[in-house]
Amino acid sequence: MKGTPFEKKALDNVSMELKKGEFAALIGHTGSGKSTLVQHLNGLLKQDEGQLNVAGLETKGRDLKELRKKVGIVFQYPEHQLFEETVYKDIEFGLLKQNIPDEERRKRILDTAAIMEISESMLHKSPYEISGGQKRRAAIAGILVLEPEILVLDEPAAGLDPSGTRELFDIVTSLYREKKITVILVSHSMELVGDYASRIIVMNKGRIEHDGTPSEVFGMGNKLEEIGLGVPQITKLMARLNEYYPEIARDVYTIEDAQRIIGGILRRGR
Amino acid sequence: MAVSNRAGRDLMIEIKKAEYIYDNHDFPVKAVDDVSLEINTGEFIAVLGRNGSGKSTLARLMNALIIPDSGKVIVLGKDSSEAENVWEIRKNVGMIFQNPDNQIVGTTVIEDVAFGPENLGVEPVEIKKRALKALDMIGIEELRERAPHLLSGGQKQKVAIAGVLAMKPSCIILDESTSMLDPVGRREVLETIRKLNKIENMTIIHITHHMDEACLADRVVVVDEGKIVIQGSPREVFSDVMLIESLGLDVPQVTRLLFNLKKEGLVDDSAVIDIDEAVGKLRALIG
Amino acid sequence: MIRNITLGQYLPGTSAIHRADPRTKIIMTISFMVVLFIVNSIWALIAALVFVAAVFLISGISFKYAIRGMKPVLYIIIFTTVLNMFFTDGNVLLRLGPARITEEGLILAAVVSLRVFLLIASASIMTYTTTPITLTDGIEKLMGPLKVIKFPVHEMAMMMTIALRFIPTLIDETDKIMKAQAARGADIGTGNLLQRARSFIPVLIPLFVSSFRRADDLAVAMESRCYRGSEGRTSMRILKFKGLDVAILGIFIIICAGILLVHYLI
Repeated sequence: MKGTPFEKKALDNVSMELKKGEFAALIGHTGSGKSTLVQHLNGLLKQDEGQLNVAGLETKGRDLKELRKKVGIVFQYPEHQLFEETVYKDIEFGLLKQNIPDEERRKRILDTAAIMEISESMLHKSPYEISGGQKRRAAIAGILVLEPEILVLDEPAAGLDPSGTRELFDIVTSLYREKKITVILVSHSMELVGDYASRIIVMNKGRIEHDGTPSEVFGMGNKLEEIGLGVPQITKLMARLNEYYPEIARDVYTIEDAQRIIGGILRRGR
Repeated sequence: MAVSNRAGRDLMIEIKKAEYIYDNHDFPVKAVDDVSLEINTGEFIAVLGRNGSGKSTLARLMNALIIPDSGKVIVLGKDSSEAENVWEIRKNVGMIFQNPDNQIVGTTVIEDVAFGPENLGVEPVEIKKRALKALDMIGIEELRERAPHLLSGGQKQKVAIAGVLAMKPSCIILDESTSMLDPVGRREVLETIRKLNKIENMTIIHITHHMDEACLADRVVVVDEGKIVIQGSPREVFSDVMLIESLGLDVPQVTRLLFNLKKEGLVDDSAVIDIDEAVGKLRALIG
Repeated sequence: MIRNITLGQYLPGTSAIHRADPRTKIIMTISFMVVLFIVNSIWALIAALVFVAAVFLISGISFKYAIRGMKPVLYIIIFTTVLNMFFTDGNVLLRLGPARITEEGLILAAVVSLRVFLLIASASIMTYTTTPITLTDGIEKLMGPLKVIKFPVHEMAMMMTIALRFIPTLIDETDKIMKAQAARGADIGTGNLLQRARSFIPVLIPLFVSSFRRADDLAVAMESRCYRGSEGRTSMRILKFKGLDVAILGIFIIICAGILLVHYLI
């Protein structure tokens, strides 16, 4: 918002590159610029300075329809955007703007519904008749059906219980592996980030604080806490154990790795 | 009128074989199925369960928002099914809801906190006193003239807690009040209710599906399909990792780790719920 | 951005006008508007202008805010001014080709535009110096007598308060929904009239649904805090007529009398 009394640098000299097929996570305290950055990716917001090139398309002055076909953003609580008479029609909504023959459109919708584990009978129901978890999957299907090359997920598990979260991420990972889409996960849950992302971008006050692998980023435990973030509980545990046993690595972030390392030490002790 | 249970402790809420049936959609659903539970004054209880387990319904039975179809809910000695008790019960058992926005009525913070006492017919001068005191207790006195839409999620929930405090309750129920908050907000709310429990001896009933929050409680009650499956201290409950996970819930990462090591035969007891305990246990074993 | 603009644009202050009872201000504003419609004389309106300027001065509100209030109606004012200037019969002052400006036209244009300006300025000074909630309190108290005919005064006031509270929240939500639908490729607000109307459906339906859910949640939350209508209800804010209000009303009556006098005499 340049030129108004409310002008504040939401993004300050942000530079980064994302390769095709990466599963990256974007983390940062509330107000760090994560949402702002993400909304630039499909042209919802336009940068005041600098360039942004997404999937081969410059975002400024660009036909946004093209861009939004390539970049699908699933906002928080996506089920709030459902509005059509049936789940089928709602998933179809984004496709109607594109010139696709009826048969192909129908096939895409059914395929996407299958991926998101939406049954045939659910497709014919009103979005207001189904459960919260089902609504969410229907909403995500509405974005996936556009077959984006880049999928941005903003707190996709917000409000879901642990099993619901796991189910959702199972779908996302198989999608990621089969369709080879680039995924950007915006989340506050360090456990989720540690379990799924291969690259983490840390934002703080509109700037990129760090950009690297989970090992690198979670290895900086104290620095993260200073900027209002945390690390997975398992990482904290390993960092504490490292104080007594220097051979225990500090940059461990999954239960499996921790189990392997500690198991190894316990076995050697016997 | 203090009612005591068999252990001689003061009973805040007593639920006796309560049932509640939702009669909607295609078939009736027993949201609460033959539940009996005792909550003592000053306890910090966590009610844990997956979505659809009936935990919210259970919460609403406790402040007379709904009445059991069979069985009884007795709050501070008063039966919730008797109409004349409803307002007394709601005054004594305050409730904080999941959506921070949809419980704030006032156009400024202090106005919203005053809403409860106003409904109780408290004298105007006393209302202002109570509102300011409640805001002070929660530590948000400086926000008193702020408009609610300018607050963060955590701040909004704190305003809701202050609003309930101004009614001078004996018990506060939090119905998934941290679900929609970011980590900072969650921490703020948990810190607030912990203080209220420890310093003011406020009975706290915290409904959630986050196990790290449940670990702060004195007693954890796990529900599924309308029934209480297991209850006990956090350590007791979470040590049964297989059960917890079969109920669609999670255990803390450190609990999982030690449980896995126990399965490998490297550890004989996996009952830990936080990092300190895990470090202690592992150090003892590693030497 | 919109979140930072408070509705009604209350500008905090400690002037006498700020401290006056809202009922005083409401009564004054309405009466003043009536007077403005009664008087036709340009001198009376100028006297009214002086009065309004004085009120702004006393309240410490910069006059530029009065001008800002005119923005929405600027075109209407220009239009009527031009109309009155050129199409009134009378003593011709200036000829511009086929068009002519008369003395009467000029005066009429001045009267009309000044009146509009003063109507807006007087309403503005009320909202600039009174918080929305205090205004609703004042309206509720003034409507009090209507309780006799079973008019739901308290309920109306509660509705106004809740509406005021949620307007910024709903604006934010609309923004979120528009962004989410735009991300799906929806074109909101484009096309011919019919298309444009239809294009808002993906925004309006979710908004309506969520508003109903909000209302439901809010009702449950209010009941949890023992709300049961106006029965037995008290209020933290009490309106009391003070000496200040009596003085202000007194001066106001005198000034209005003066303005009316000018109107009848000149």
